[in-house]
Amino acid sequence: MAKVIGLTGDEAVAYAVKQCNVDVVAAYPITPQTIIVEKISEYVHNGEINAEFVCVESEHSAMSACVGASLTGARVFTATASQGLALMHEILYIASGLRCPMVMGIANRALSAPINIHADHSDMMGSRDCGWIQIYAENSQEAYDWVIQAFKISENPRVLLPVSVNLDGFILSHSMEGVKVLEDEEVSKFLPPRKPVITIDPTKPITVGALCLPDYYFEVKFQQIQALKEAYNVIREVNREYEALSGRKYGLLETYAMEDAEAAIVCLGSTAGTAKAVAKELREDGKKVGVIKPWVYRPFPEEDLIRAIGDVKALAVLDRACSFGAPFNALCSDILGTLYRHGKDVNVFNCLYGLGGRDMTPSDLKSIFNEALEVAKTGKIKEYVKVVGVRE
Amino acid sequence: MSEKKLGWKSLPIGGYLLEPGSAMKYKTGEWRAFRPIIDQEKCVNCLLCWIYCPDSAIIRLEKFVDVNYDYCKGCGICANECPVKCITMVEERR
Repeated sequence: MAKVIGLTGDEAVAYAVKQCNVDVVAAYPITPQTIIVEKISEYVHNGEINAEFVCVESEHSAMSACVGASLTGARVFTATASQGLALMHEILYIASGLRCPMVMGIANRALSAPINIHADHSDMMGSRDCGWIQIYAENSQEAYDWVIQAFKISENPRVLLPVSVNLDGFILSHSMEGVKVLEDEEVSKFLPPRKPVITIDPTKPITVGALCLPDYYFEVKFQQIQALKEAYNVIREVNREYEALSGRKYGLLETYAMEDAEAAIVCLGSTAGTAKAVAKELREDGKKVGVIKPWVYRPFPEEDLIRAIGDVKALAVLDRACSFGAPFNALCSDILGTLYRHGKDVNVFNCLYGLGGRDMTPSDLKSIFNEALEVAKTGKIKEYVKVVGVRE
Repeated sequence: MSEKKLGWKSLPIGGYLLEPGSAMKYKTGEWRAFRPIIDQEKCVNCLLCWIYCPDSAIIRLEKFVDVNYDYCKGCGICANECPVKCITMVEERR
């Protein structure tokens, strides 16, 4: 029988990490991720997990320590947010480039300046091309479930890439909800100790991080492109195995009421929860609206997205991070690219919302749904990039 | 470089080098823009070039020196240091 316990998003991540029997955690506290690291250090102190907790002086060092630990074959976890992730930026590319499996929890938070501690996706989107697998959770349950799956995806010899599990700062990180947790033994069975492919070992010396010039660099980067492609299959396999264990079905994306939808919202993270509730209300009024929530942002779920869009005539794509000066913001650009590539003609408009933790209210979402329905009917887009709720 | 380079399918992941001491296999002479030519008649075998060469690319022979063109990057330090000016730098044509 599944146990349900009250956990905040951060606590859910820490609880999952505990059950995953990590070997090394190197992290530096930053709001709103702090509870993850606090909880893990508590577990280590109490002897609840047999892990090495490395207290570092910065996130740059945290990520560097994680790279080193991962190369020894250890199971590695870290967590950060906002400026912390920005400080890690350089080493994020090294972690993926050296093919270091590890999992990072990110309690998404706005980037300075002005300084702000609340939710938006500027941190992860700022590092979106770092070669990591990037997952966005809608609630604490999903954060818990994805952390466990993330280790299995990351450590798979066909992938060997780091994975970030993103949860909206405060909205999820600090909100308590009932989380169905697995038994420790169930997780251990699902996730046996890591079997590293190549490790650094003094008895069998290898060179890691050597200079790689124009004659070889491109091939090594191409291996990463291929590994991310292979990750599509591995993620699906892990999702199926996890469903058999937990009864909870995951995939590259989730759809809500999309079967006969005329208009839909596409969004990441916690906003999808509100969007689903609003869609349900609108459906009761006979309005055919649905929601598409990519769980996995990298690799981008192109095929699943095309299938989910089906015959929808209008899409409102919600971005919680600004690509300054770009024609569209990140998620919307990816969706437009996907539609173009698959020869699909759908009217798409972009909504930039929620920067620095500005709430996305049900009434905001309702008017976006109504606008999308209007676009579906008329085929005319009034504003290609709409900014939600900014005062003049 | 003449040997066939491995493609992405055959290279070890992450640019790892799986055997120690493999730098010898990486022939860096291809970088050279100028080639040192030694006039071995004029060479007095003082070995200053051998001392100064940053890439250990000067080969010691019994009465004079030679250059290992697999690794010589053509920096010209040897020509600069040679007290009898027996080394000339000639532009590489490939």
